[in-house]
Amino acid sequence: MRHRSATTESPWVRRLLIGVAVFIISVFLLLPLAAVFAEAFRKGWEIFLASLHEEAALSAIKLTLIAAGISVPLNTLFGVSAAWLITKFRFRGRSFLLALIDLPFAVSPVIAGLVWVLLFGAKGWLGPWLEQHDIRIIFALPGIVIATMFVTFPFVARELIPLMETQGSDQEEAAIILGARGWQVFFRVTLPNIKWGLLYGVLLCNARAMGEFGAVSVVSGHIRGETNTLPLHVEVLYNEYQFSAAFACATLLAFLALVTLGIKSAVEHLTGHQSSNHQ
Amino acid sequence: MSISIHSISKNFGAYTALDKISLEVPNGSLTALLGPSGSGKTTLLRIVAGLDFPDPGPGRIAFHGEDVSEVSARKRGVGFVFQHYALFQHMSVAQNIAFGLRVLPSAQRPKKSEIRDRVMELLKLVRLEGLEGRRPHELSGGQRQRVALARALAIRPKVLLLDEPFGALDAQVRKDLRRWLRQFHDEIGLTTLFVTHDQEEALELSDQVVVMRNARIEQVGKPQSVYDQPRSPFVYEFLGNVNKLHEGKNVRYLRPHEIDVLFAAECDPATDVLARVHHLFSAGPIATLTVKLGDGQFIDVELSRKQLDELSLSVGDEVAVRLAARTV
Repeated sequence: MRHRSATTESPWVRRLLIGVAVFIISVFLLLPLAAVFAEAFRKGWEIFLASLHEEAALSAIKLTLIAAGISVPLNTLFGVSAAWLITKFRFRGRSFLLALIDLPFAVSPVIAGLVWVLLFGAKGWLGPWLEQHDIRIIFALPGIVIATMFVTFPFVARELIPLMETQGSDQEEAAIILGARGWQVFFRVTLPNIKWGLLYGVLLCNARAMGEFGAVSVVSGHIRGETNTLPLHVEVLYNEYQFSAAFACATLLAFLALVTLGIKSAVEHLTGHQSSNHQ
Repeated sequence: MSISIHSISKNFGAYTALDKISLEVPNGSLTALLGPSGSGKTTLLRIVAGLDFPDPGPGRIAFHGEDVSEVSARKRGVGFVFQHYALFQHMSVAQNIAFGLRVLPSAQRPKKSEIRDRVMELLKLVRLEGLEGRRPHELSGGQRQRVALARALAIRPKVLLLDEPFGALDAQVRKDLRRWLRQFHDEIGLTTLFVTHDQEEALELSDQVVVMRNARIEQVGKPQSVYDQPRSPFVYEFLGNVNKLHEGKNVRYLRPHEIDVLFAAECDPATDVLARVHHLFSAGPIATLTVKLGDGQFIDVELSRKQLDELSLSVGDEVAVRLAARTV
């Protein structure tokens, strides 16, 4: 052994640990992924493409893109503001706010959906008023967007808070003393320092926004071709024993996951490279 | 420009960081705020810069007679060098230095070519020509500090404030940079206030030393006078090695170099006491001797190597010690 150190285990222990890790990764991660693609293409390319071209599938894809397209930018804005507030200022109720941001992680997505039904549903608190004014939230796009936003709220803030915490406020203070105004400090100093973390947070937020099932399932009402998002559409197809079509749609979500992970590791490689250059 | 600090107080909840501090920093001087951590020196510096605000009350800060207490940090026009430099990591050295000029409103902003000239001029001033394209992480600690200094000077500040300017540097770089900064200050003549916890640094570098302790100013004066005439036991102990000799109820303070050592046979009972050599440390030009007095107290003595050689002492020898200092 060339690099022997106190923390190096014996060869047998190492082989055993590597073996266990490979086995777990294969069975729990790679096998299901392979199964999704295998099932999707079982009846050939044509059936695969046809399943994606079907009207209900296209409408589900469209709805998913709209919901993510609204909730991700808004949550990016909220997440950056919350992280800025929490890390750059000391105020009363700061730790409470920090805990509150984590709430969507702690709450079951089904509950997160039910909360909105309780508020905006026909028999909910605001239901009668909404009905009078002919506003539909539950079983419609607004409900889906609200539920998605609630569930994906923590991603950006959670990614930025530790990053901004370690960076401190020195550079911002330096910029202020040099005469920079608030927006100049943010765009010229803060944002460039957090851009990779922000990108990663947005990616995670997007992946979850497109893949969310539980909360959206409760508020959507499963109206085919209208309020079914992609994950809901997969479930409907599956329940109707259209396995190839279900898996074809599932590959889109799996593909999204792979792209997210690909960009994530590219970002980590890039920034890891940068930070190793620091001294 | 002079800095006038008048009756500044700052409390963080129940903790008092500054207690009615008043201080004059003369125009063109290099003044050191010296004190242990928690004495309030950094808080005072930040208040002068406008990064923190004093408690409401009569507290006032003025630059050259002009009250700046209500002026925001952005408009106060001070140069500030942070302890860890706070360079913008994603910008080159040149972009860092130019920052203060680039963020000016377009009406006041110099032309691009003027900014470039000013950056080059500053790089020359801090002796970093040729490094304008580097990123901060590609520089040594001493170079980073000089970039921070150039960046602070780019806006032609009224006063220069430095927070522990040498705190993050190696001993050798520290000494060189200290000497360079003194020379630099004499060249540009900008009123400078810096914070340090290192008494040697404060004494060697400054025109005026302000010793702080527990949110208050303990003593202000020229380095020599503060060192030679400490007004309190705290200042005595903080400004250098000191022996505390208990004589009944009194405590005598004696600096190690103020004590003479003679052969035991030359002992004059009027001024000297007999002692035994307990420890000898003689690597370097100054030798340190620890002697044990008859009553069991230990004192440290500093001698030149020459003196030590003449006495040819070794551990256990008896010597006469002349204690020529005063009681505080």
